[in-house]
Amino acid sequence: MIATPFTPMASLLGGALIGLSAVLLMWATGRIAGVSGIAARLFPPYEDREFAGRLAFVVGLVAAPILVRIVSGSLPVQTIAAGTPVLVVAGLLTGFGAVWGSGCTSGHGVCGLSRLSLRSLVATISFMSAGIATVFVMRHWE
Amino acid sequence: MAILIQFAIGLVFGIGLIVSGMSNPAKVLNFLDVAGIPAGTWDASLAFVMAGAVAVTFIGFSRVLKLARPFFADRFYVPTRKDIDSRIIVGPAIFGIGWGLAGFCPGPALTALGFGSASAFIFVAAMCAGMVLARFIAQLPSSTRFATPADPLET
Repeated sequence: MIATPFTPMASLLGGALIGLSAVLLMWATGRIAGVSGIAARLFPPYEDREFAGRLAFVVGLVAAPILVRIVSGSLPVQTIAAGTPVLVVAGLLTGFGAVWGSGCTSGHGVCGLSRLSLRSLVATISFMSAGIATVFVMRHWE
Repeated sequence: MAILIQFAIGLVFGIGLIVSGMSNPAKVLNFLDVAGIPAGTWDASLAFVMAGAVAVTFIGFSRVLKLARPFFADRFYVPTRKDIDSRIIVGPAIFGIGWGLAGFCPGPALTALGFGSASAFIFVAAMCAGMVLARFIAQLPSSTRFATPADPLET
């Protein structure tokens, strides 16, 4: 396990930027900033004509660290401890579960809770509990 | 123009993920590790990410949704479902296991691609496969026969 520093101010500021992005997307397109929903709809079947806008949003997500690196000259530490087999299983579960449950941390956790949605509250409690239980088993199960 | 704006909005989201620390899986896992509370290794930062994001979104949504329509669209597409079915519990539980295994949820995983790490590419490729699989199973006749007819992606 790699210790990480407690960063309340940076996290609060970054969280506010995520919120700003969600509000701007609602203002511009009238849609929820749920990353799993946006990403999943980049694949067929296509139900509307919003493909280009969704792709632009995802390209923006991917371009963010490139911009940060250009502006600040460096990127913050990113530690990915999981090996390839774990990454594959984790990726499959994350993608499948987020679509099956109609959203992920952004769609349910940020946008849903902000709309006082009961479904999103149930979903958020469910993925938080599963995440906590999984980390406990992986790190502390003897 | 709308495309460019959506690119910029994605960029703001990604910068938020980087600034907040959510793009670092180690930080996410140290938040989910509640055994770290008595041990003193718990990283509470992510609670502050959620607090900041929900505070801004709560205030912003209440203002934006008072407008007649979005700037680039005819109407708002706000989820309307209120029923608690098994999928709203099982889906997030499956997602949560994946989240706890690697420390990535969909947004930070996509932003991690821009860090240039091979691990992120492996995770995102598997995640996309999982998404396509879920949408495929959801539209099979056998799985929708007894369920309420609804778009699986509708929050």
